[in-house]
Amino acid sequence: MSRLAHRFAELKRAGRTALIPFLTAGDPSADATVEFMHALVVAGADAIELGVPFTDPMADGPVIQAACERALAHGTSLRDVLAMVERFRERDSDTPVVLMGYFNPIDSMGLEAFGRRAHEAGVDGALIVDMTAEEAPDIAPVLVKAGVDPVCLIAPTTGEARIARICENAAGFIYYVSFKGVTGASSLDTDRLAAQIAPIRQATDLPVGVGFGVRTPENAAAVAAVADAVIVGSALVSQIAEYGNDTATTTKKLSETLSAMRAAIDSADEREQEGESV
Amino acid sequence: MSTTISKDPAISAARGPHAWRNMPDARGHFGPYGGKFVAETLMAPLDELAQAYAEALRDPEFIATLDADLADYVGRPTPIYYAERLSNKIGGARIWFKREDLNHTGAHKVNNTIGQALLAARMGKTRIIAETGAGQHGVATATVAARLGLSCVVYMGSEDMRRQATNVYRMRLLGAEVRPVESGSKTLKDAMNEALRDWVANVDDTFYIIGTVAGPAPYPAMVRDFQAVIGREARRQMLERTGRLPDALVACVGGGSNAIGLFYPFLDDEDVAIYGVEAGGDGIASGRHAAPLSAGRSGVLHGNRTYLMQDDNGQIQGTHSISAGLDYPGVGPEHSWLKDIGRARYVDVTDAEALDAFHECTRIEGIMPALESAHAVAYARKLAAEMGPGTDILLNMSGRGDKDMASVAEAAGETL
Repeated sequence: MSRLAHRFAELKRAGRTALIPFLTAGDPSADATVEFMHALVVAGADAIELGVPFTDPMADGPVIQAACERALAHGTSLRDVLAMVERFRERDSDTPVVLMGYFNPIDSMGLEAFGRRAHEAGVDGALIVDMTAEEAPDIAPVLVKAGVDPVCLIAPTTGEARIARICENAAGFIYYVSFKGVTGASSLDTDRLAAQIAPIRQATDLPVGVGFGVRTPENAAAVAAVADAVIVGSALVSQIAEYGNDTATTTKKLSETLSAMRAAIDSADEREQEGESV
Repeated sequence: MSTTISKDPAISAARGPHAWRNMPDARGHFGPYGGKFVAETLMAPLDELAQAYAEALRDPEFIATLDADLADYVGRPTPIYYAERLSNKIGGARIWFKREDLNHTGAHKVNNTIGQALLAARMGKTRIIAETGAGQHGVATATVAARLGLSCVVYMGSEDMRRQATNVYRMRLLGAEVRPVESGSKTLKDAMNEALRDWVANVDDTFYIIGTVAGPAPYPAMVRDFQAVIGREARRQMLERTGRLPDALVACVGGGSNAIGLFYPFLDDEDVAIYGVEAGGDGIASGRHAAPLSAGRSGVLHGNRTYLMQDDNGQIQGTHSISAGLDYPGVGPEHSWLKDIGRARYVDVTDAEALDAFHECTRIEGIMPALESAHAVAYARKLAAEMGPGTDILLNMSGRGDKDMASVAEAAGETL
């Protein structure tokens, strides 16, 4: 069983919702990224999403774009990102790590080489933002064979037939994009979320994570009521932008933000277990 | 004169007759290139677009409206012109210009924006977005949006806005909002990123008019189809004027829409050699250029697989060209395929050569080419000398140079 599958099974038994923070690798430095990852685990992360910096992050808003530019300014490459995961694994062999990024750096390394090196480094999943269901049959099986779960996106615009096609090539979990837009934009419409996730539940037993627009502990709790995982990105990355190279302060701020979300999610999970309506 | 590959019997047999115009396949692939690489949110609108486009092509009324607009609004057919003094000066092949510079708005771009805007209106979309480099596509989009009463937002790199201030003003006069793009290299590729982000957030009412034969399927084929009017007319006109097909075609290639528009109807005429001219900037060896087919390798950007300028880690590299319209690190996937199979050859011309051709064409023909088109003129001069008398080169004069006065003056050390 993959580390992701194992972690989600554990959480399910405990009736808990996963909290998955996102960081752009190498922002502001490789050392800081590894330190942030450990701190986020202490603060309650169940898995970590690590963004692979790219010059042209088409699906990302200004916060993640700026993070990519900061990481690329000192030449952070996909190889460097894998090295960060390797370093993280020296002290943490349990927390799943999912890389999130665009296809070109992976394609440039070579898909098979990427799968092999990622697995060796301790990467558990890869979410390739621009890998559509149309192209996935050429890509996803190579990752699976290497032992890397292809995590796939589903959007509010995805029809039921497509949902089934996407799930065919997905493993680890499904990443549901909570609204039409780029990362970090607007806010959640949590009322509609449950209805939107229902057809995904019909199509797959994979856990469903929800991201894009989770900014506050209240957002996180609301998402936890309907999803298996809450993914938070821009809210954390904007703090790295603010505190930058002051790693101690940034670590503290990231931990505080994530802890507050953790607490809100745990309360929501407890209420759910007690059978109260949320 | 003929392409070398067309005479290779093994390749001809494997390919069968008339296979070159059958691309792309059902998945939008041109051989290994093209396809759909976008965030999932865009897949539904892309499917909707592909379906609406296929329906429109089967609708005689849509085709009639498009043809009428191309005739009455754009001014088609554009003539072919024998550049006699330029040809005589070289003393080689006869050089013919397909006069896309005579189109309404001054370039070939409007052929495509008319088609896509009519499609947008047919689909009930009320808002148009576009990216632009030199500003020609932005102007052509703002123009048709004004005519059809659609709201229009054009994304343009702030560096390009500086280089093409007149076109920015034209777009604003036409009622478009021009949004400066400050991210990345502040040029065409970043404008395209920003337009894609806008589209993701506004898919319900917005139609994205991509200006070149790149982007996710169905754009490369759709834009090609709208631009192929260039080659269809030119093929007929050359037969009328000279009684035969030209020996070679020459067009500049940035994203490659004017080039594919000229090339496509000739693809199965195996004796017609095809040359695409990329922006060599300061020279390929300098690294400061915009010539992915000459110096790049396969990768994925802006929704399709194609030749890209990228570093060893798959990061997209900055480009340089004196011509904003060619300043793009990728190229339409069909060009990548035509290069690999050898049906077209891709060459490059430096900034200095393009400027020299600009001045010569202006002085001896009284036709001021866009700096993009001047790249084609520069290569046609070389090719004409090689090919010798009794042969014909058909060049796509894709746009007029009025927009480039500031760049030309700056290069000459003058201020306007």
